Parts: sequence; structure tokens; C-alpha cells
Amino acid sequence: MTAIDTRRRSLTVNGTPVRAVAATLAALVAEQGFAGVKVATALNGTFVPERLRAETPLADGDRIEILSARQGG
Amino acid sequence: MNQNEPLHVPEHDTAPAPLTVYGERIASRLLLGTARYPSPQVMSDAVRASGAGIVTVSLRREQARGRTGARFLDLVSALPVRLLPNTAGCRTPREAITTAEMARELLETDWIKLEVIANDDTLQPDLIGLVEAATELVQRGFKVFPYMTEDLSIAERLVAAGCRVLMPWGSPIGTGRGLANPEALKTLRAYFPDLPLVIDAGIGAPSHAATAMEMGYDAVLLNTAVARAQDPVRMATAFAAAIAAGRTAFDAGLIEPSDRARPSTPVAGTPFFDLDPPAPP
Repeated sequence: MTAIDTRRRSLTVNGTPVRAVAATLAALVAEQGFAGVKVATALNGTFVPERLRAETPLADGDRIEILSARQGG
Repeated sequence: MNQNEPLHVPEHDTAPAPLTVYGERIASRLLLGTARYPSPQVMSDAVRASGAGIVTVSLRREQARGRTGARFLDLVSALPVRLLPNTAGCRTPREAITTAEMARELLETDWIKLEVIANDDTLQPDLIGLVEAATELVQRGFKVFPYMTEDLSIAERLVAAGCRVLMPWGSPIGTGRGLANPEALKTLRAYFPDLPLVIDAGIGAPSHAATAMEMGYDAVLLNTAVARAQDPVRMATAFAAAIAAGRTAFDAGLIEPSDRARPSTPVAGTPFFDLDPPAPP
């Protein structure tokens, strides 16, 4: 049986330092308020598809990008 | 002839043929950006007025607990267009590839306008990074629209990498200077007679776009010239008309410029030909 991990991690989310409880990328996306919102994610500069977020663990120092569509030329 | 009869109007359709890119037929030869408009409503109205079949969008950081991106996506999804996501602002192939992957998932398209920017002042493309990123993206199944200069050797490498459309700049992004290097653009057009070529960036006026189309370019991608016009919706219609006119002119076959004047009115039967020429003053 795995102990529940309640430690907070020091992450950078969209360039901003964040202390997050989330242990996975999926949990972080929800914790940051994006549950049910169409976003795309990258971890340390590498794309993480939505289906892999739940099995993508987070560690201190990770840099996460959470992007959506915007005006562009 | 009865003066009240209507003038004869040719019945055949003179509208230019559709643009074909990556096997898809797009009715309009105008591609429009979605940035820098006074409001989302004006953007939406301008896209509709332009008749554009493809619009470009970007990927940006979503605000925490915000819905900006979702609202924007709803707005553009309601337009009768295909979305072409870009990698604007990316400085390395790795950034551009990651952004492309994120765009493919978010917007459910394998089309990507590939930008790898070399320099903040000129926003000119990093051509070496562009070829590297394009090569990788094609291998990953993307249909790449590379934003490039008019450089012929880079064009060859991009085609070898698997790009089936090229997008040379007219002049640097946002400058509105038009076609800065028309001779090189003509060379590129002549070298790739069958490859879709789109002028991307630097267009300031409908006349610039018409010139590109008269040169045989397949389409024009622009943004600022419409978005920052005093009346973007009217300017969108002006560009649509200019691009259609330029393409129709290209299809009709332009005359070659000549160094010597040539009378357009027939010389035969000119009156007073038998008179002496006028004495010099």
C-alpha cells in the first residue's frame, strides 16, 4: 500500500513559482483550475499528451507549461 | 441596338480556382491572422468579410482559473474556416516542435505554421533551425507551412524535408512594407512552378497583395494590414478583392513590359499621314 503523498512540490507553472500538492501532471492541471478546460501541457519543454498526464509524476524543480489557443498571425 | 437592353455579361465563372494545400481545396487565396484587432467581434467580422478559408492562431499560457483561451477557441471555431496554428515566438527547433505537438492536440489539426525566430528586431526566421524543425515535424506526421525568407537553397531543403507548401516573407512581420525583394520572389516562383507558395508577412496594402498574386503566388497570408486599419472589416473586403483580381490577372496572362512605346490605336488609316511632320519649335 502506498502512503498518500501530501508533500508540496516547488514547481514553475507558466513561468510562475508554485507550491503544489499535486503529485501528477493531471492533478496539477486540476489544482490550477483547469479541470474540464481544453489546454495542452508540456513538462520541462517536452509535450505531454492529455492521456499521459495522470501517469506523469511531478518532482521539485519541474517546469510546466499549460497553454490554450489565442490570437495569432 | 436597343439602348434599353442590358449589356452582355459573360456567363462563364471568372472567379479564380481554389487554392490546394496538402490535398485540401480552399476557396479563398487569402489567409488571415487573428491578432491585433480592436475587439474579438471586429476580428470575427473581418474574417467573414475577407472570405478567408484559413486563419492563423497561436498558443499562449492560459491564465490560472481563466477561460480566455476557451472563449477565443469558441469564437474562432464558429467561423467557417480551417485553423492554422503557429509557433510564433519560438526561438529554437525544440520549442517549435513542442508547441506544434501541443497545437495538434489542442486544435485537432496536423497543420502547423512553423516559425523559428532568429532575431527580435527583424523577427526574421532562423533558417537553419527552420529546416531542422521542419524535418522532425514532417517525420512526426505534421503538414508543415514554413515561414521563411525568399532563400532558394533553404526552400530546396524544406521541400526535401517534406514541406509541400512554402511561405516566404514579403518583408519583416508587421512592417507593411510589401514585397521587399520582388526579383528573388519571382525566382522562387519560377523555380517551383507547381509548389503552393504563399507570401507571408510584410503586406501593408491591397496593392502589395495583388502584386504577389500577379507574380503567380498561390496565396497571401496577412494580419496587421487588416487588423490595424481604421476599419478592419472594410479593409478585409479590399484585400479579398485585390487578391482575387491579382489571381485572375495571373490566370489571364499579363503582357510583358516593353522598353519602347507602341501605339494601341491602329496606325493604318491614320488621317493627315501624308502631311509634312510639324517643324520643331
